[in-house]
Order: sequence, then structure tokens, then C-alpha cells
Amino acid sequence: MTDPVTGPFLLLHPDDNVLVARATAPEGTEVALDAGTIRLTQSIPMAHKIARRAIAAGDTIRKYGMPIGIATTDIAPGAHVHVHNIRSGYTPSVVLQDADGRAG
Amino acid sequence: MEGWLRADGRKGIRNTVVVAYLVECAHFVASEIVAGFRGRDVQLIGFPGCFPNEYAARMMERLCTHPNVGAVLFVSLGCESFDKVRASAAVEASGRPVKTLVIQKAGGTRATVKAGQDWVSGALEAVAHVPRVPMAVSDLVIGTVCGGSDGTSGISGNPAAGRAFDLLVAEGAACIFEETGELIGCEEIMASRAVTPELGQLLRESVQKAERYYATLGYGSFAAGNAAGGLSTIEEKSLGAYVKSGDSQISGLIKPGDIPPTGGLYLMDVVPDGDVRFGFPNISDNAEIVEMIASGAHLTLFVTGRGSVVGSAISPVIKICANPDTYRALSEDMDVNAGDIIEGRRTIDQVGHEIRDLVVAVANGQQTASEGLGHREFILTYKSFDPIGPACLPRIA
Repeated sequence: MTDPVTGPFLLLHPDDNVLVARATAPEGTEVALDAGTIRLTQSIPMAHKIARRAIAAGDTIRKYGMPIGIATTDIAPGAHVHVHNIRSGYTPSVVLQDADGRAG
Repeated sequence: MEGWLRADGRKGIRNTVVVAYLVECAHFVASEIVAGFRGRDVQLIGFPGCFPNEYAARMMERLCTHPNVGAVLFVSLGCESFDKVRASAAVEASGRPVKTLVIQKAGGTRATVKAGQDWVSGALEAVAHVPRVPMAVSDLVIGTVCGGSDGTSGISGNPAAGRAFDLLVAEGAACIFEETGELIGCEEIMASRAVTPELGQLLRESVQKAERYYATLGYGSFAAGNAAGGLSTIEEKSLGAYVKSGDSQISGLIKPGDIPPTGGLYLMDVVPDGDVRFGFPNISDNAEIVEMIASGAHLTLFVTGRGSVVGSAISPVIKICANPDTYRALSEDMDVNAGDIIEGRRTIDQVGHEIRDLVVAVANGQQTASEGLGHREFILTYKSFDPIGPACLPRIA
């Protein structure tokens, strides 16, 4: 797949293994991927990501052609990619606050 | 493309007469002088503080000797600490007409406004004789900032601005990106793009400095709202801003007022050195734009999602709207509709080319939306920096 637009999803860089929703994609939306057409099993909000292809646990997640994190579990093509199945690969040099405002 | 040739060899894309107040007490008088020239290229800048500050002094010198500036009138109250003799000497050495009016000696408000307007009238005639010469993309310095960001900024406007930067760097322009405070988490990625390992280490350190600075101010970097907006990790959030820089190698690290010595991509470190003093590094978008201009930016790309209407004194601002709904609501204030990417009508690459072409058109005299509407925002505040070291800049053969 080289088309930068696939239905409601954008491919931001050719090296990416995720696609980004440019509008909210409802559950059941068909998305043409290299592995074949998949059907979204949940609604994907705007700016959220899905897997462009099968991603194995430990793989680097790429967006903009750059690493944005590491898969913590196997991710199927078309599945939502977010905090539940990827983690940061970044080691902060000072203590940062987490999403709840606690020092982490 | 044609530009105005200055004595230092740099070329300007505008030919502005600047009126600069040197303390807030002289602001009104300076603005009254400028008000007499509506529709002419006479612009107001200034520094409000009465206490001396090396950063402000250096910024003012750089701004008043910017290639888009043809002549400078300084307006002083008389007792402020700003070193007006040094500022005036710097402009004079640059070969530009310069004049300093001191309100306490010139007879007060009315007399100073009259004397100022008389001088500006003469300066407008003088700058009309500045030679026009051919200008290439490789003569340009271009900055990029973002403000009023939303979920669309990182997937349409910023990648399109980055694509335009790739095209402009390839043509030999000097392109500057900044916001080290928003690059936390991508310092390793950025360091890997540096032309030398030494520069890579300096890029890393500049982001670590920002991290410490913002932590001291009480600002974390990744909030719950970011995850709701689809961002999964700190590095993903930062990359959304970083992607404005495009894919080119990073040639150098500069601080506000340092002028890129040659074409290429530069990171501007805008976070002050030393302990936290004077508050936030940049208190509003225009403070960032002014720093780009002090480093020689002929024009600045401004990516917005929620919407902004600002322009700038001295150098035009090209506003790139990332969000199609915002574009429809504020179209008169926008130059580029990157929302087309969101709506699937155009690709990032196509919008990137439009931005590159618009840079050339604006450099050749076409007015931006904010210029046409009369926007000339300006702000300069207190900061403190150590000078950059030799490893920060590319070696010139």
C-alpha cells in the first residue's frame, strides 16, 4: 500500500507501521491494508492509530517514520494502537509526571 | 525573486522603516509617530523594561539590522537603562539611516512626535533608493513555530510545514525550528540527525535543559488529555511538534540572535541558561516569532489548529491552518489550508509544495493574510543566555 490516504486513515510516512485516523472511524468501517481488507472492531477517534500490519510484542512502533514506542503485546492488523498495547521507549532524564499528575 | 541589498551583503524581502521605543514610557510617543504613516511600511517595535538586559540589547540590535529593515528611529524617554548609544552605533555601522530622539530633551510628547514624523518622512525617501538585486531561495532564512495547536496540528499542518522545510533546505535556505520544551522524548531521534556527534550531544543537552526548566516552573509534559487525543507516549506527543523540522540533517544549534552562517536546518534553543529567572521562556507566540526574526528569519511559518490571527513586525508570517473547520471559520486570516489533508483532498506532499511556493511568492513581495490585515505584533521581554560554542555551527569551507 503506497496510497497516503486509506479511507479515514492517513499514512504519515512510508516506514510507518501505524495509520492515523483523520476523522472518527466508526466500528465496522472497512480499511484496505496490505494484508487484506479488515473491519474495525471498535470506533477509532480522530488522531488515534491502528496497526498497518501485524506487529509483534517488542517491535518498535513507527509514526512519521520515527519510533514512538514499543509494542507490549502482539497487535493484529487494523487493531487500535494505544497505551494498552504500547509503552514509551523513552527514559526521562528528570522525573516526569504521568497522566494522573503523579510523579512517575 | 528580487530583494533589497544591505551593506552587509544580506538581502531583504521588505524595506521597512522601524520606530523602536526603548522603554514603555516612550511607547505612546513612538506609536503616535507610526500612526502618521498608515498604509506605508513604517512599523513599531520596542522593549518595555527600564532595567538593563544584555539579551534585550542584543535582540534589538539584531532586529534593527535585519535585512528587511531599511532605517531605524529610536525613541527614548531619557533616563531608562537601555544603552541607546550602543544600539544607534550598531545600526549606523550597518550602513542604515538611524536617529535617536530623547523625549526629555526634545520638548515632550507633541514636539517629539513632530520631529519623529519629519525624520521618518525623510527615511522613507532614503530607503526608496536601496538597490534591488536578484535573490535566490538560498538567500532566505525561514523560521517555523506553532501555536493554538490541536489534534490536527501533528497530522496535517506540522508534517506539511516539515515537507516545505525539506524542499527549502534542499534549495539552500537556512531553516530554523524551536520549542525545545516540546521536544522532550525525541532528543535521541533528533541527535541521530545531527551532522556531527558533538552537535548531537548539544541537541540532547538543550532538550534536557528545557526539561529541567519547565519542571522547575511546575509543568509536566504528558497529560491525560494527550492520551484522550490519541497520543500514546511522550515521544509521540513531541514528534507531533518536531515533525515541523522535516527530514533533513540538522546542521546547527543556535540561540536567539545567532544568525545561521549558511543554509541548512537549525534548532533554536529558546530556553534561558542558568537558574530560572524572568519567568516563562516565551510568554506568547509572538515572542518566539521575534526570536526567529532576530536570527535573521525573512519570514516565519506558523502552524495553528485552533486558530490564530497574528502576524509580526519586520518579517511576514505565513499561517498554515491544520484544522479544516478552523480554516472555514477564520479563512481570511489564513494563508494555507492544510485541513485539506484531514479531509482527504490533498496529500502532505502537495500542501508542502504549496507552502514552499508561497514562501517564494511572499519573499517576492506578495502580502500574507496578516500583512494585508495590518497585523504587526511585537513583544520583547527579559531573558538570559550564555553564548553558543564552536561545535554548535557548521564549519564553512
